[in-house]
Amino acid sequence: MSSADTVRVFVPSDTTARSLGADSVAEAIEAEAASRERPVEIMRNGSRGLYWLEPMIEVEVAGERLAYGPVTPDDVADLFEADFLGGGAHPKALGATEAIPYLAEQSRLTMARVGIVDPLSLDDYRAHGGYRGLENAIAMPGEAIVKAITDSGLRGRGGAAFPTGIKWNTVLGAKGDQKYVVCNADEGDSGTFADRMIMESDPFVLIEGMTIAGIAVGATRGYVYIRAEYPQSIQTMDAAIQSAQEAGLLGDSVMGGEHAFHLEVREAAGAYICGEETSLLESLEGKRGVIRFRPPLPAIEGLFGKPTIVNNVISLSSVPIILDKGADYYKDYGVGRSRGTLTVQLAGNIKQGGMVEIAFGKTLRELLYDFGGGSATGRPIRAVQAGGPLGAYVHPSLFDTPLDYEQFAQVGAMIGHGGLVVFDDTVDMGEQARFAMEFCAIESCGKCTPCRIGAVRGVEVIDRIRSGVEADANRALLRDLCGTMVDGSLCALGGMAPFPVLSVLDHFPEDLEPQH
Amino acid sequence: MDTKTLQEPKRTANTAAIEAIVEAHAGQPGALLPVLHAIQDRLAYVPDESVPIVAAGLNLSRAEVHGVITFYHLFRTTAPGKQTLYVCRAEACQAMGSRALEQHIKEKLNIDFHETTADGRFSLEPVYCLGNCACSPAVMIDETVHGRVSNDRIDELLS
Repeated sequence: MSSADTVRVFVPSDTTARSLGADSVAEAIEAEAASRERPVEIMRNGSRGLYWLEPMIEVEVAGERLAYGPVTPDDVADLFEADFLGGGAHPKALGATEAIPYLAEQSRLTMARVGIVDPLSLDDYRAHGGYRGLENAIAMPGEAIVKAITDSGLRGRGGAAFPTGIKWNTVLGAKGDQKYVVCNADEGDSGTFADRMIMESDPFVLIEGMTIAGIAVGATRGYVYIRAEYPQSIQTMDAAIQSAQEAGLLGDSVMGGEHAFHLEVREAAGAYICGEETSLLESLEGKRGVIRFRPPLPAIEGLFGKPTIVNNVISLSSVPIILDKGADYYKDYGVGRSRGTLTVQLAGNIKQGGMVEIAFGKTLRELLYDFGGGSATGRPIRAVQAGGPLGAYVHPSLFDTPLDYEQFAQVGAMIGHGGLVVFDDTVDMGEQARFAMEFCAIESCGKCTPCRIGAVRGVEVIDRIRSGVEADANRALLRDLCGTMVDGSLCALGGMAPFPVLSVLDHFPEDLEPQH
Repeated sequence: MDTKTLQEPKRTANTAAIEAIVEAHAGQPGALLPVLHAIQDRLAYVPDESVPIVAAGLNLSRAEVHGVITFYHLFRTTAPGKQTLYVCRAEACQAMGSRALEQHIKEKLNIDFHETTADGRFSLEPVYCLGNCACSPAVMIDETVHGRVSNDRIDELLS
């Protein structure tokens, strides 16, 4: 029933937009349009990631998308009155979406289509450059694909920052009658939502990236291991995989060629440790998510004992653009050994929270104040936890550190997955230190003693300090315990959970004093 | 020797459903988690009687099946309330007042985490991140996430 005067209205449909009432807004627009007999076509895109403006609706006027937000159902009648369908002025009008500074100043490579396309439309995906990377890859030998990834400088975006090309090359060279590509979509770190955005807003880019990975190393089977806390991501990925299969982009003959690639979603079950790659593989095999000793590396003996690529969602979703536009194009972004773009997630107590994809090199301060606009409460920012629950709390004196893996490491912090959780000056850093240990105790897989016992003891020691029991001696003991966990744990959970604690001891010692 | 374990277990209203799920997944590599999810999706929890059926169907020991059920926070072995309220306890939500929200919810429902209200309407579970961290604090009711949740908003959602 679309006609010449039908106006396209975009209403975001990702988890965050919906958590703020986007569905009710869509219903209100539909009802209001019907009662005014104005033909509209409501498109449910993903989200642009300007989360402080959600629900942020867009109308297409003369080929350009204009934004309004944040919109509540109560605004809808008023918006029609102001002729928003024709781009009319309104207090909620934000102008052309692409010109909003928050978005205009980003370099969206991996997130190029996020919030723009209908997440489940293959036609839309292709119309915006999708599947060009795979078309190129199919015509290349595996070695050349791996070389392109190596040359691009891409490093694992899940947190460990291991060079993706080196991992792929190991799998390529490993012998095995079956190889696997596993996507780690167990995005459990607080302050991170980039993986979720990809899966809910542009799922085909992940499918394409995994298919290219499979073709590169000779893997014919892939799994996307998605956390159970992301029901919408699971549904969207399932539906997208189904469409890709029906279109011959997955299956026995990818794009009608000689390569087979089968892809399946597996739902996790609420264990944070399964974000650790060996624990994830155990879980995929149907076991308790207890971590494995390394070596052997998963690249040699991974899923079901076979050579396996395990990569994060953002890493794999960055593959198509590298194969489409070339390694140099991607590598031109960034600084030092941190090449390409980082998907920064501004979270917690921040005025303008959301997704900021930019080249490496901007400082933390620019992110927090230029993009983020300072704290949500308007109070001074006292600490930022970077890189998830195992990352250090960064003190404001370090806010001029540029986003670069090595420079962050130099100041005792980590970029990790690019999540920044902001706290204002009402935060009790002693409580945050305690939580780091508590979380480790809850989520420890139990395999190694420093993590399993150490985290429990860590909570107890912090409680003793805070209740004034031999505070000095217990602070010394806490440092000693942190050292044991860092040096003695088998994986990053026990090995890094002490980092936020140590950062509180080092930078916020006044908060680890007896409470009165 | 305990002869009870050798007896044929009693069939219940759920037995046939569990058997059908196990049969549908047999042959799938690493089938245990998908099977447990399917059981919980169907019955809202994983009843104890599932353990021997799943073990036999997937050629695992009962200990292995029990071990997996108890390892993962998501699987539950008792029936939940009509709705499950997941409250995020992770850092981004902490930065926006989730500790006070958590306390408010516990007092309002008069239960602690992992418990169900006396009227059976709500079960309360902690969750460590819903990925809604730019709009904290967040809760999830069944599969619907809510952002920027105030005390008033949660009262509305729970009424």
